[in-house]
Amino acid sequence: MTKGLITSAQNTWCPGCGNFAIQHALKDVILRLEADGIPRERMVLVVGIGCHAKMADYLNINSFYALHGRALSFATGICIANPDMYVICCVGDGDAYAEGISHLLFAAKRNVNMTVLVHNNRVYGLTKGQVTPTSPVGYHGKSNPDESEEIALNPPELLLSAGCSFIGRGYSRRREELKELIYRGTLHSGFSCIDILQICASFLNIGEEYDGQVYIPADHDPQDFDAACRLVREYSYGDGERIALGILYQAKREPFRVGTPVREQQDTKKGAFVLQFIQDRI
Amino acid sequence: MVFVNDCSVLIGGKAGAGINRAGQVIARMVTRLGYYSYMYYDYPSLIRGGHNFSVIRASPHPVGTHRSGIDILLALDSATLRLHRHHCKRDALIIYNSDATKSETGFGVPLNSIVQKNHGTSVMENTAMVGALASAIGMDWDDCADVIRHEMHRATETNLAIAGDAFRMQTEKKEIPRLPQSPGILLSGNEAVSLGFLAAGLDGYVAYPMSPSTGILHFLAGASGDTGIQVFQPESEIAAVTMAEGMIYAGARAAVGTSGGGFCLMTEALSMAGMAEIPITIVLAQRSGPSTGTPTYTGQSDLQFAIHAGHGEFPRFVIAPGDAEQAYLWAGHALSLSWQFQVPSILLTDKTLSEGVYTVSPDLLQEETPDEWPVSVPRWDGQGEYQRYCDAKDGVSPYAAPPLSGTVVKGNSKSHDSWGISVDDGMQIASMARKQMKKVPFMQEAVSKLSPVREGGNRDADICLISWGSNAPLCREAAQIMGIKSVQPIVVHPFPASEMIAATRDAEMIFLLEDNYSGQLADICEAHGILVDIRLPRFDGRPTSIDQVTEDLWGLVG
Repeated sequence: MTKGLITSAQNTWCPGCGNFAIQHALKDVILRLEADGIPRERMVLVVGIGCHAKMADYLNINSFYALHGRALSFATGICIANPDMYVICCVGDGDAYAEGISHLLFAAKRNVNMTVLVHNNRVYGLTKGQVTPTSPVGYHGKSNPDESEEIALNPPELLLSAGCSFIGRGYSRRREELKELIYRGTLHSGFSCIDILQICASFLNIGEEYDGQVYIPADHDPQDFDAACRLVREYSYGDGERIALGILYQAKREPFRVGTPVREQQDTKKGAFVLQFIQDRI
Repeated sequence: MVFVNDCSVLIGGKAGAGINRAGQVIARMVTRLGYYSYMYYDYPSLIRGGHNFSVIRASPHPVGTHRSGIDILLALDSATLRLHRHHCKRDALIIYNSDATKSETGFGVPLNSIVQKNHGTSVMENTAMVGALASAIGMDWDDCADVIRHEMHRATETNLAIAGDAFRMQTEKKEIPRLPQSPGILLSGNEAVSLGFLAAGLDGYVAYPMSPSTGILHFLAGASGDTGIQVFQPESEIAAVTMAEGMIYAGARAAVGTSGGGFCLMTEALSMAGMAEIPITIVLAQRSGPSTGTPTYTGQSDLQFAIHAGHGEFPRFVIAPGDAEQAYLWAGHALSLSWQFQVPSILLTDKTLSEGVYTVSPDLLQEETPDEWPVSVPRWDGQGEYQRYCDAKDGVSPYAAPPLSGTVVKGNSKSHDSWGISVDDGMQIASMARKQMKKVPFMQEAVSKLSPVREGGNRDADICLISWGSNAPLCREAAQIMGIKSVQPIVVHPFPASEMIAATRDAEMIFLLEDNYSGQLADICEAHGILVDIRLPRFDGRPTSIDQVTEDLWGLVG
């Protein structure tokens, strides 16, 4: 294993995959956090299952390669036991918006102190092109060849109603903005979720369309909830709709905590409780 | 009328009338009189209106099961009289609420009037009944008042006044003479599991409510303020188990608890604990299945499921304590064994144990607490670069939780190399599988050191009665009565084959009683060459009474 930030694991993303851009943006953010004085060992990456998840193999930081859909609940456990960790989750759109949507909404509701990067390529890549909750209307893979259509889910809108305290949108072909957005997310105290639009080089290569849709809104105040609602509704994953990038919403809210962090717990108190309980029953 | 040996009290009423609470107060009264007590609580899955009852047994000897015949029937309503009168012995004392029902036999106490006179609430009718009982069994008022003060912290004075009035009105007696012994304290199975976890140093407990495991969640949540432990109820069982595993990755000794349905949802993460070598302890409190089954009635039909749950092959412990004392000890052992080998452990209880109340000697609890508790989290020595899954003689890699200065901790649910990096290569997959599975003989050895099989009754007898879980105290007592031998495997996986074979070697006839249809432990015994002559299955959700089992066995052995 290398000493740098990239491991020696062989990279198996397709040429042109949007994940490369996210990986390098995340790597740069980690270096920037280190430069800010946050030691690398206090960062941990939790991933789900899908193409995005290979990030855990490729980045030389603490990591846990979890189950499909369950990265956020696993990461919540880390946040509970050790609130000093900087917890970053890389998850996919099938991963977090389908299988694991309940954990996403509840992590937002609780304001668990973590940063979630949704690698939203709007298609299942690793399982060969099936439809996801945010696939374009009219998208047909091998699993939905007939003509029936579902509308796309709008997860940022859902997250807003779940009480999410930081919602951002990034785009893998706007690296500098993406880096800044992830950095802001990691510094946010509480739950931050960044929906990152990325192309899937094999199954949904729509970079040119995105290039024409994305923009950075002028004079947007991220603390304005109604303005945030307007921005997330402006793009409901439809073709040709305008896509606002950057921090769409940010609010101050007390982060989630449970009991006493593990390193501060004292076993003597537990033993004393048992003895006292027995004594009280006599 | 003085009773000599063993006394069973049944108190019944509508759901919401505080029958469980009243039963516990009665159990406490009889332990104060020097008797070992056991309480079975029977209730349907509803909040108000159905019929609930508690059976409290008092015995001069340790007991962990109920009797069929009732010595004292306490009826808060007419349904109790109707449903349980025919369980009463000929000389039974019946006390009934004369404001709610009429009866030609028994002694009527106007519970509603007493409560109203003292400006109490309707739930306090059970207090009045307890007062009447105390008088009937010949308890001193001071003793009775002491128990009420101890058990009822809210509206204590009102409760005392109500109990006092009923105590004075009750004139018919069925005395329980005081014995010169102090048998111990009352603990439910769920309380015992919770205390065992705490004594072993549990840091966190995450659970979604599900009967009959919920008592552990309530107990530990109540203890979190004093102990600092982290207790949380998340959005689902899937969230519960994955959160607990995240806590363990971060260095916490964490456990979860559920019943069959929730355990089904947890199996994917159980399998992850196998692959990622996460030492999680799961309490599986069984109830009748399949599916939602009967939420508040017992069952032992998840034994094979617990042993085989989760896809793929990985080592695990499955441990089935039989009473509160064993639940205390083996909850801690489960946590300890998990951490020793970095494998999941399943503490398999059942409704009878979880919600049953047992008498436990406080001294015994302290004597039995192993010196190794609280369980230490083994630590990596810090030399060189950390490899989460490096090979070792016993397959157990040194444990470390982040943050580690200058090195990383990579856990992985996929096939991985020693660093925790995913692999697809056949040789590496096989090598990691070998590393994980070579723990098994060492796990067997560790189990053997903990006396995983308990024998009772007449050890020299050639008739042997095997049982597991909450049926163990029942069969132990039956064996004592009948002069046969009882055998209980407390650890059921890895199966303590040599101990079980040794315990049954001289048996010419083997019975096996368990609460499932197919005989799941019997199949396991037979797979290890222990032939079970007669299986005694029960699958109606009800626990077997000592009278039923001895009657059946007398019929079979002649």
